[in-house]
Amino acid sequence: MNTHYEYKPANVGRWLIWTLFALVLAGVPHIFTSGLGTTVLTQMGIAIIACLSYNILLGQGGMLSFGHAVYTGLGAFLTMHALNRIGDGLPLPVSLLPLVGGLAGIGFAVLFGYVSTRKSGTTFAMITLGLGELVFALSLMIPEFFGGEGGVSGNRVVGPVRAGISFGPPLQVYYLIAIYTFLSVAAMFAFTRTPLGRMLNAVRDNPERVEFVGYNTRMVRYIAFILAGFFAGIAGGLGALNFEIVTAEVVGTARSGAYLLFTFLGGATFFFGPIIGGILMVLAFVLLSEFTKAWLLYLGLIFIFMVMYAPGGIASLIMMNLRLAKYGRLRQIWVSYLGLGVCALVILTGAAVLIEMVYHLQLGSAVGPQLLFLGIPFNAGDMNSWFGSVFVMLTGLGLFELLRRQYLREWSDIQERIEEDTKGQDLL
Amino acid sequence: MEFFIISMLNGLSYGLLLFMLSSGLTLIFSMMGVLNFAHASFYMLGAYIGYSISRFTGFWPALILAPLVVGVLGALFERVFLRRVHKFGHVPELLITFGMSYVIIELVQLVWGRITLEFKPPESLQGPVFTLVNDGVKGISLLWGAAPADVCSAADAAVRVVCSPFPATRGFMMLVALVMLGAVWLMLTRTRIGLVIQASLTHPEAVQSLGHNVPRVFMLVFGAGSALAGLAGVIGGSTFLTEPAMAAAVGSVIFVVVVVGGLGSLSGAFLASILIGVLQTFAVAMDHSLVSLAQQWGLSLGPASLDNSYLKLTLAQVAPILPYLFLVLILIFRPRGLLGKREG
Amino acid sequence: MSQTAANFSLELKDLRKSFGKTEIIRGVSLAVRPGERIGIIGPNGAGKSTLFNLISGRFAPSSGQVLLNGQRIDGQQPYEINRAGLSRSFQITHVFPKLSVFENLRCGLLWSMGYKYSFWKFLVDLKDANERTLELMSMIKLDKKRDMLAANLTYSEQRALEIGITIAGGAPVILLDEPTAGMSRSESRDFVRLIKEVTVGKTLLTVEHDMGVVFGLADKIAVVVYGEVIDFDLPENVRANPRVQEAYLGSTVADAQSGGH
Repeated sequence: MNTHYEYKPANVGRWLIWTLFALVLAGVPHIFTSGLGTTVLTQMGIAIIACLSYNILLGQGGMLSFGHAVYTGLGAFLTMHALNRIGDGLPLPVSLLPLVGGLAGIGFAVLFGYVSTRKSGTTFAMITLGLGELVFALSLMIPEFFGGEGGVSGNRVVGPVRAGISFGPPLQVYYLIAIYTFLSVAAMFAFTRTPLGRMLNAVRDNPERVEFVGYNTRMVRYIAFILAGFFAGIAGGLGALNFEIVTAEVVGTARSGAYLLFTFLGGATFFFGPIIGGILMVLAFVLLSEFTKAWLLYLGLIFIFMVMYAPGGIASLIMMNLRLAKYGRLRQIWVSYLGLGVCALVILTGAAVLIEMVYHLQLGSAVGPQLLFLGIPFNAGDMNSWFGSVFVMLTGLGLFELLRRQYLREWSDIQERIEEDTKGQDLL
Repeated sequence: MEFFIISMLNGLSYGLLLFMLSSGLTLIFSMMGVLNFAHASFYMLGAYIGYSISRFTGFWPALILAPLVVGVLGALFERVFLRRVHKFGHVPELLITFGMSYVIIELVQLVWGRITLEFKPPESLQGPVFTLVNDGVKGISLLWGAAPADVCSAADAAVRVVCSPFPATRGFMMLVALVMLGAVWLMLTRTRIGLVIQASLTHPEAVQSLGHNVPRVFMLVFGAGSALAGLAGVIGGSTFLTEPAMAAAVGSVIFVVVVVGGLGSLSGAFLASILIGVLQTFAVAMDHSLVSLAQQWGLSLGPASLDNSYLKLTLAQVAPILPYLFLVLILIFRPRGLLGKREG
Repeated sequence: MSQTAANFSLELKDLRKSFGKTEIIRGVSLAVRPGERIGIIGPNGAGKSTLFNLISGRFAPSSGQVLLNGQRIDGQQPYEINRAGLSRSFQITHVFPKLSVFENLRCGLLWSMGYKYSFWKFLVDLKDANERTLELMSMIKLDKKRDMLAANLTYSEQRALEIGITIAGGAPVILLDEPTAGMSRSESRDFVRLIKEVTVGKTLLTVEHDMGVVFGLADKIAVVVYGEVIDFDLPENVRANPRVQEAYLGSTVADAQSGGH
């Protein structure tokens, strides 16, 4: 695809969406009522704030950072220390602690951002990587702040209990985080509609031109960096309250990489993309990792696939198809989607069986070569299983490729029809 | 004194290893504008593949074959994946190498497992290439190979004899690095394909319109860069450890090297590699902290100072952050790097 | 009456620029009065774009001075120069591809209207900025494409947008670098009409290759050859100057005499 699409729903729709969002946040813990459900939802709220803050840099500003976890992590550490001081008499209510994280995020963003935002593009990415490694390496050297191997822990049930809210029960924590999530999302959305927010987009699109309309590009990036650090710190603070322990890995490169991966997966080009990304991040870390040991591998492969075929992420896929639906063209192509989906499933199954068999041989050889996958017995020692899964996978790949070309033809056909219908008046 | 010499040599060998890696990275970056995140994972692949090959054929054939395999894999990666995102710009290119690094590291662990592998250097490289013997009385002397036991322990208890061996593997590392770099330099400057590569570095469209197959040149350079990383992997894996964490251990440092040296500058990468290699090696070997230094100079410190964890930090403990500290300082005072030509 | 520095909108005093050992601009001196329209012509590689880059702050001069309304601006950053009242367009279109036409233009004027780095106001509430943007849009005749993304415009529309962004901030001194580059004869003619309309009252410097365009648009013409200004005079005099004719091998100037308007 080489044209850019934009699709703006009507303003009434906007109020509806925000109300719906608030209702969903309020009501969803009553759908997933288990302990696991509540904690997953809480983590999703935190991840949404973190990924949205990351997207201020990536999607809105065109700044690829490999060290965003520094700001969420340091926010978490400072919040944890503040929490522990409440026990010693710091007159701060627990509910306001994430703001301490936010302030920490601002502080460190002011400090590190000064160096980072001097450059752009690849150099910026490398600087953020280096700073991330620096902070992580420091975490092992300063035990007072970072707590050494065991990290820093605390108790969020501290201070006066007001209206029965002690933040002991997970549900109370969820609602606290839900409030912060709603406010942060609203604030970050509002930011995209301010002069600075728009100029940040301009910097992303053409940093040189921006200088010639009176703006100091570096300053625009620096301020945006600080704002992103603020929200990142809030996310970190919420995480500290939720888990009641903060260890050095919260500032590590793996965490930074996760923010990048999932924000991109969700979609960096639309505001709601990182929301999807944050949800997926928690699902992957908490649930997928239980399902299969090869989850990082699957993640990497999906990521590569997205970069190649859908660089706008899941959000862009949704929006492109919504646009089709708007013109009533979706029904023409859903058969293709069905076909593609089935093929993808076939490939996935074949590949998954292969991967699981290899893992099984690697790790579980003591229990013999048989393994159960999706309830079906496979024998990792038997060549039939290997041939079968390779065959299935290759067939799936071949069919997928065929269907993909067909799909692309249908897609451009539909795009042409839409252009004709709207005579280019559409928000193309 | 011998400590200084041996540490210096160790530092140089580590620095040359870093340069083997960062030179490939710099070439790929200069040529294609892509900072190859997967470079460290190709290093890792080289070690693991070298290990497997060496189990069948011994070390020396593995030294040749493993880099070739890695080079072919790298070229394939360029052809199948990287080329497809080339039109989207530099960020997607970087992202796809980023994703690839995850995938390669996971695949390696899938196939070879998560434990450390015993990738032993060949017989001829085990043991020291020379030993410096510092006899308190006779001064420093050099003995080829390992020093016999009776030389290292003096008969007279009052005489302090220190034997410092320099491992053959380290020496071999330096040798391979220098030979390989010499070969690359010769190829770039003396052969026709080298000229085409040099031209494509700055003017790919012009070169293409002259009839050269620039995409193929890209694939070649990417494959060659990966092969270099693979070679470094075979040597690094056999000298140090072959384990899943080896990619991460060296990954960030080489990015620091290329940025500090100046993005796109081979000579800058060389300078930065040596500097960082020597700095790191010396720092790790020094067990001094501010407290111990003060004590050495006879300053008396109160109990609070003695207990202060910042002052107690030894240089060895601080060593891991030194490259990154160096990076930050360079970016503040000389943003284009030591020898960088362009503002990255 | 003596010509004091403040009488000139833009003044170049012995401007020089070397890249490495090669001197590209070799001592250019020029004085432009407010409201004048100057056409800058010269053979390829003469250094016309480099001159613009020096004036607008993209590069710093090796030596010499650039004065805007009597104040020195040489060596300053592009945004400082823009804030002082000089705006330029580019030969290769430099718009904001993922923003709409409306947004593109608005970005061009946000600073000059005082909104700077604010993130506590909403764009929709900035009445003056939005009204001015609408005015600009109709001036450059792109009001029907208000929400179209700049990347999807046609080439001439993008060039028009480029000019729009350049004049959006209301800078009194405008530099246009080959505005009609890549356009056909008729497109160029229409475009020049547009330029005349939108730059009324401003001091204008235009680099151009199309002689017809220049001779119709400019009050005075500066001829740049090998980094020096070999003539700076009224169009008729420049046309008749044998040195200029020689620099162009005669043909293109004769072309303009017959084809220009």
